[in-house]
Amino acid sequence: MAELTPATTEPSLDAATLAKDFPLLAREVHGRRITYLDSAASSQRPTAVLDAMREYDETTHANVHRGVYSIAEEATRRFEAARANVGRFIGAPHPAREIVFTKNATEALNLVAHAWGRTHLQRGDVVVLTEMEHHANIVPWHMLAAERGIELRWLPIDDDGRLVLDDLDRVLDGAKVLGITCMSNVLGTLNPVAELSAAAHAAGAVVVADACQSVPHLPTDVTALGVDLLAFSAHKMLGPTGIGVLWGRESLLESLPPFLGGGEMILDVRKDGFTPNDIPWRFEAGTPPITEAIGLGAAVDYLDAVGMEAVRAHEIALTGYALGALGDRFGDDIRIFGPPEAEARGGVISFAFRDIHPHDISQILDEYGVCVRAGHHCAKPLMRRLGVNATARASLALYNDEHDVDSLVEALDAAGRFFA
Amino acid sequence: MPGLEDLYREIILDHYRSPRNRGELESPPAVRVEGFNPLCGDEIVVTLDVEDGVLADIKIAGTGCSISQSSASLMSAAVKGKPLDQVRGLIATFKGMMSIHESTLPSNGAGGEPVEAPEPEAIDVDALGELAALQGVVKFPVRIKCATLSWNTLTQGLDEVGVPA
Repeated sequence: MAELTPATTEPSLDAATLAKDFPLLAREVHGRRITYLDSAASSQRPTAVLDAMREYDETTHANVHRGVYSIAEEATRRFEAARANVGRFIGAPHPAREIVFTKNATEALNLVAHAWGRTHLQRGDVVVLTEMEHHANIVPWHMLAAERGIELRWLPIDDDGRLVLDDLDRVLDGAKVLGITCMSNVLGTLNPVAELSAAAHAAGAVVVADACQSVPHLPTDVTALGVDLLAFSAHKMLGPTGIGVLWGRESLLESLPPFLGGGEMILDVRKDGFTPNDIPWRFEAGTPPITEAIGLGAAVDYLDAVGMEAVRAHEIALTGYALGALGDRFGDDIRIFGPPEAEARGGVISFAFRDIHPHDISQILDEYGVCVRAGHHCAKPLMRRLGVNATARASLALYNDEHDVDSLVEALDAAGRFFA
Repeated sequence: MPGLEDLYREIILDHYRSPRNRGELESPPAVRVEGFNPLCGDEIVVTLDVEDGVLADIKIAGTGCSISQSSASLMSAAVKGKPLDQVRGLIATFKGMMSIHESTLPSNGAGGEPVEAPEPEAIDVDALGELAALQGVVKFPVRIKCATLSWNTLTQGLDEVGVPA
């Protein structure tokens, strides 16, 4: 992203102290302290989040927007307060109206393709995606393409995993949508979202951003990013599973038809039709994930207390340490995908190690208590571009420290010996 | 908790390092079938020649982890030159050894509690020869799909040829 935090030489948070807030990180696997390096898939939850959800369930729970009794009113107030809190966290100009709670980020992106796409896209219209998109920002557009004959166009990447923008104007020419990830879940690449948004808007396209990997790891300001719609997921930002977020520019959301139909999303239902509700409830058919929203709100409070600037500075320092440690120890035996500079990327480190299959790497690492992901990371077009079927991926978060990276290096060394 | 030695037996590592029957037969006349593991993106290509009720020749191509590659290699060595009814029987026995039905397995990277290996009496492990080395895979449920990929692909090939199941 264009608005990078400058690197600092000293991490400005103490990861080992923060790690004590996360009960799971105290457990052992195969007799060793767990080294959790898969936060890009799902992060662990601090006690503050777990407690907030439990406290809500034990003291306040009732369905929202329905009852007039005290706890129902309280539940509604707390649910809506969580919404506003999430909106404020990402710099939404109208936090109470622009945050839509979904099941996950995938549903948020499907909502966009379904509600916006079906309203605005016709045969021959162009949707531009990057080669590094997650399947969640590809397949909904493929489905729309199959249904109404829209054209998908691709922004390529270079060998360092950066977008190639030389031909940007031509690629965007006539485009109606630019779908772009803020930070690649495979390469760690931070994309120049503000620059791309400006170019897309100049071409008349709407910008749909996948912020699943960026919102948990660096300060986010939707206005500075200039995007129109932005999706992310609670469970990658210290919150619970079962709830995702779609932020949309107020005027754009107001112009959209509903997504799913049912209760909550209506103002009136008659035998001859219905009147949709105001935003954001228009897009939240049925009982929403209430406890999860409380948990997400608590996760936002936790990240606020640590400070996103500090999180970013910590992760730049730790990513730099990891890139250095892996390169120093393994040299040409390891191929790390994505930009070589820590400042240009997040703490997602995908790699190929000798000719050992990522599955086998992950299996051996598990024996050492080290949790890394192996697979295509729901980015098969990117895998094809990289010329691999799968990668191993270690991903860092605010609770990881240099000790975790050292454990990864030692376990990888053991995997190398095992398959020698 | 199962150890790595249950998974990575010496025979498995040997077949991984020196896979047997690698490559592709000319197709046609050989039947060519592709298999995919959506969990890890692994791809396997099985080409087979069926002549006079016998699996006359088989070759394996594609990429995958040590378990999928060694299982494919072991399979090719076990079925090559065998009458088709014996091949079908071996497939059934092998899949029986893999004990839990794949349809009940998570297909998207989710884990699960290790399950106990099946009782030795339940299947005729002796009939499997070297293939019995893959028995330990059952203790690592996520890896079962790696071990069965080539077998499912072979089954698909036999179905295409019209070999009775």
